Amino acid sequence: MERALTFDLVRRFPRGPTVRARAELALDGGPVTVLFGPSGAGKTTVLRALAGLDRPDEGTIRFAGETWFDGAAGTFVPPQRRAVGLLFQDYALFPHLRVGRNIAFGLGRLGRAEREARVAELAARLRIGELLGRRPAELSGGQRQRVALARALAPSPRLLLLDEPLSALDAPARAELRGELRRTLESSGVPAVVVTHDRVEALALGDRMIVMVDGAIRQAGRVHEVFSAPADVEVARVVGTENVLEARLARRSEGLAVVRAGPVELVAVDPGGLEDEAYACIRAEEIVLEGAPGAPTSAQNLLSGVVVGRADEGPLVRVRMDCGVPLVALVTRASAERLGLFPGRAVAALVKAPAVRLVPRTG
Amino acid sequence: MDEAALRLSLVLATLTTLLLLVLGLPLAHWLATSRLRWKFLVEAVVALPLVLPPTVLGFYLLFGLGPRSPLGRAWEAVVGHRFPFSFEGLVIASVLYSMPFAVQPFATAISAVDRRLVEASHGLGVSPLGTFFRVTLPLSWNGILAGAVLTFAHTLGEFGVVLMVGGNIAGETRTLSIAIFDHVEALEYGAANRTSALLLGLSFGVLVLVYALQRRPFFRWNER
Repeated sequence: MERALTFDLVRRFPRGPTVRARAELALDGGPVTVLFGPSGAGKTTVLRALAGLDRPDEGTIRFAGETWFDGAAGTFVPPQRRAVGLLFQDYALFPHLRVGRNIAFGLGRLGRAEREARVAELAARLRIGELLGRRPAELSGGQRQRVALARALAPSPRLLLLDEPLSALDAPARAELRGELRRTLESSGVPAVVVTHDRVEALALGDRMIVMVDGAIRQAGRVHEVFSAPADVEVARVVGTENVLEARLARRSEGLAVVRAGPVELVAVDPGGLEDEAYACIRAEEIVLEGAPGAPTSAQNLLSGVVVGRADEGPLVRVRMDCGVPLVALVTRASAERLGLFPGRAVAALVKAPAVRLVPRTG
Repeated sequence: MDEAALRLSLVLATLTTLLLLVLGLPLAHWLATSRLRWKFLVEAVVALPLVLPPTVLGFYLLFGLGPRSPLGRAWEAVVGHRFPFSFEGLVIASVLYSMPFAVQPFATAISAVDRRLVEASHGLGVSPLGTFFRVTLPLSWNGILAGAVLTFAHTLGEFGVVLMVGGNIAGETRTLSIAIFDHVEALEYGAANRTSALLLGLSFGVLVLVYALQRRPFFRWNER
């Protein structure tokens, strides 16, 4: 049968908000689901309930035909019998054990030779072979993350749960490890749920995403679809970037990267680490609209298209366009009136190269 | 020198410490990790011997386990002799009397272990008992050792409970502190001084060991 994770859970906090979350995740297509939302939205509550570390007050959790939790029937499968790999925000390595023993910690039922072989295999895969004899206190943040990942993967879990896997790192290490983490998750073949409040992380790591706001799940779908078409104003505010286009690197020139999104080419500043696939992100308020292609400007990107819809938001107007790729621009009401921005109107969208933010994707 | 009394005190202190490790560790673990609302009642009961006069504890033990009570008759049927004025009775009384000196440092040490490490172990499929021996104990051993040493020292020096429950039977219930009392009553100040000096040296040595083993303070009230 198809592997799926479904949950519908309620957890109340004595002097805090109530988290009510329900979702259904098919785990076979696309390995990584991002659980995205601002801090305090209830993401970690959901993750802890999935792991079996906390017991929800009501509801059900089912995984691949097994019932992990059923509040009405009193079913609760403890974390030991869920076969789930956990990665904690600060990695929670056992400080009294060397790296090799940390990785082997969950392999108690294997024989000594098998255990050592498994540790060696994971150490090679995560390139931490030379660290096996060290203590966690002697490792850098990035090394700790790799060791924690190896430890979680060692017992061959059926599901990986990662809580803010990059937030304990400093910014340069984070950028470096994002792509690596994505590759590791993908090559492991284990479906993963990643909790994050960081847009770039969500875009770089996720195939699908679930948006949580104020203790409830507001939207679920493919990552760029959620970014491009938020279900409501709340989600739009949380995800922040209106235009997220799937793109491929076309060429590089003069420190800039030229990517191809559908039929159009976009010039952007090269973020580094870009191999082939990327998301090109443009905030709606960064797009300048013109009535028709005219005199040359300093903007590197000029996309011709046609208005397909508009929504008035107080003093601003949100204009949806088809420029070969769907684009959303945010302009003032006065500009919209002057240009006559109604469906069917031909327009040109100008975007400066630095406003096109590329998030590299691997795989 | 009261060799019999010294031997008896050492055996009593060792047995009490071992029993409190076996009984006190699960209790301390429960106190450190339970989120039950009524936990404070158990905490209060455990701390009771700290404030209660030893005579009160001794009196109720005699009352509850004496030959006239049902529990006392059951004790006699199982052990073969009466509870009061026996070595076994002394062990039971010492365990109860030293309970807070073991359980409180144990609980403090266990609660200082990062909960996420315990959760990580559970997530890796290791049972709660396995997690206790592979994660909690290795990370809290110095606090637990401190509690054990303190229990040993405290039992070595107890007097009131021993006198109430055990009386003063040479080789059976006559401990070092009782021996000192006897010497003073008999005006044998030289003998009392030798035994007292021994107890003083022993107690001081034990406390030096505790504080040397312990890098951080193990009393809660020393923590900032």
